[in-house]
Amino acid sequence: MDILTWTYILVGLSFALYIGIAIYTRAGSTKEFYTAGGGVSPLANGMATAADWMSAASFISMAGIIAFSGYDGSVYLMGWTGGYVLLAMLLAPYLRKFGKFTVPDFVGDRYYSNKARVVAVFCALFISFTYVAGQMRGVGIVFSRYLEVEIELGVIIGMTIVFFYAVLGGMKGITYTQVAQYCVLIFAFMVPAIFISIQLTGNPVPQLGLGGTVQDGSYLLDKLDGILLDLGFHEYTSGRKSVTDIFAITLALMVGTAGLPHVIVRFFTVPRVKDARLSAGYALVFIAILYTTAPAVAAFGIYNAIDTVAGKPVDELPVWVENWQKTNLIVVDDLNQDGVVQYLADPDKNELTVDKDIMVLAAPEIAELPNWVVGLVAAGGMAAALSTAAGLLLVISTSVSRDLFRTFVPQMTEKTELIIARVSAAVAVIIAGYFGINPPGFVAEVVAFAFGLAAASFFPVIIMGIFSTKMNKEGAIAGMVSGLVFTLAYIIYFKFINPEANVSENWWFGISPEGIGSLGMLINFVACFIVSKFTPAPPEDVQEMIQDIRIPRGAGKAQDH
Amino acid sequence: MPTHKEQMKKYWKRNIRTVLILLSVWFLVSFGFGIILAEPLNAIRIGGYKLGFWFAQQGSIFTFVVLIFVYVYRMNKLDEEFDVNEK
Repeated sequence: MDILTWTYILVGLSFALYIGIAIYTRAGSTKEFYTAGGGVSPLANGMATAADWMSAASFISMAGIIAFSGYDGSVYLMGWTGGYVLLAMLLAPYLRKFGKFTVPDFVGDRYYSNKARVVAVFCALFISFTYVAGQMRGVGIVFSRYLEVEIELGVIIGMTIVFFYAVLGGMKGITYTQVAQYCVLIFAFMVPAIFISIQLTGNPVPQLGLGGTVQDGSYLLDKLDGILLDLGFHEYTSGRKSVTDIFAITLALMVGTAGLPHVIVRFFTVPRVKDARLSAGYALVFIAILYTTAPAVAAFGIYNAIDTVAGKPVDELPVWVENWQKTNLIVVDDLNQDGVVQYLADPDKNELTVDKDIMVLAAPEIAELPNWVVGLVAAGGMAAALSTAAGLLLVISTSVSRDLFRTFVPQMTEKTELIIARVSAAVAVIIAGYFGINPPGFVAEVVAFAFGLAAASFFPVIIMGIFSTKMNKEGAIAGMVSGLVFTLAYIIYFKFINPEANVSENWWFGISPEGIGSLGMLINFVACFIVSKFTPAPPEDVQEMIQDIRIPRGAGKAQDH
Repeated sequence: MPTHKEQMKKYWKRNIRTVLILLSVWFLVSFGFGIILAEPLNAIRIGGYKLGFWFAQQGSIFTFVVLIFVYVYRMNKLDEEFDVNEK
């Protein structure tokens, strides 16, 4: 069978599975809709969190980014995994004990203020919307590349699927579809990686293959360093960015991960406090499988690309180069007409342009794997994008129905609240789909900054809310607003108002807009601290509540599935 | 017999200490070995890896996983010791 048939079969089967699960697990109460009734096992929640977390960017683009940036790409590897350590030790167990449904819930109750709650809702909506638009776009791109349909149609198909299980199933439906999606995406990522590792280094474990030797007996990474230097590029294993900037970006990504509302809410779904801790551990195991393989895929990919294409005659290139040239992900342009492909750092002489997404998308073809593996990678990319989109849509709908409607119309019945939650999920799907079809130019840019914004707004306020009994509402609001405004202003100035000035000489302390969330977080902490010193301490009952969430025993009842 | 309140204060202190120790390891392997000290550590090699590069792309992630499981184990012990564990 050809690639297209296999892709239709595998993607179709995976969609049927997701819809089946959604119908089987649909939510009947608000508690089920918001937190799956709190009865998800730590292992299932770990898998769901991993799928929720790993987006189209992790699956499709990250390996390619690392391939072209070498050591500098480590910021994503450390940044997007290290946050789980913070989550496990500083947030998850306490928020589970708190036992409500959303992050704004915690902020509003802990800071005894609806103003703080509304600020938190605004932050949650802003972060989630920018993020979800990127996912929808990702679904469309996977569709158009593999199934040869228009991006628009791809987005609409993706919207319909997500609509089905997010709106019907709520958190309960999402959780179990995410478990299935994790299995699909990790299988799809590992199969080509293992085969390429065997072909290149003889070692079936990609994590070891990366440190292994290639055919001529020299180490892969040394060889790569040598080749890249010869071509005028920077060495693969050392960095170009300054240590300060790498530090700041990594910190912003770590703290941002721990502050992302769609990740935090996953820990509301397990039965006990100890399950929340354990579940964070499982989640990181499942994430680490992909995240330690990605740098191997990256190095194998760039090595293969240079080895099989650079310096070769233009009319004797491998088949996969031909195939992917149609999609413009590889462009070969014989500028000097010598019939040979030159790959050079000098943009005036370089004749080979490779898109970062190709390292994962074309991996099965580069390794000459059977056609079904290509279909599998398509299904995996789709699973990664859909699972993240669903998690984000749930945060959006919960924010609207619970944090806004319930706060200001407290007398509404549970049934009404559930209807509002479903309607807002539906509206959010449509808005996200619209932005997927007509992406405003800045979406891709802004997604990367969602982390900085989460780091500068939520993280300090939640931490202080748990670890300081004296932190009050004035401090929290001042912190969130100052952190968010500072970070946003810095990003908007360098990215949109004055992009020409976006060079390291002009950055404050040498920190790029990508890493500025770290500074925003510090400002948030300092503002919290100073303002709280000059304003009254929180009321007695709030201080008691803080004491209570610090002790595991007595977390709310869960229901079995 | 110490009061319940004092007991809980002690529990919280022990909890904070555990977290601080584990977070210093977290900081050391990522920001320390993987970033600040990456350059000098790259002079040391394990197999085909330069050590600083290995910490940045593999070692820190493996350590993070271990840290969380150590935390889970220690906290379950601590909860039991202070009789605040969930049945």
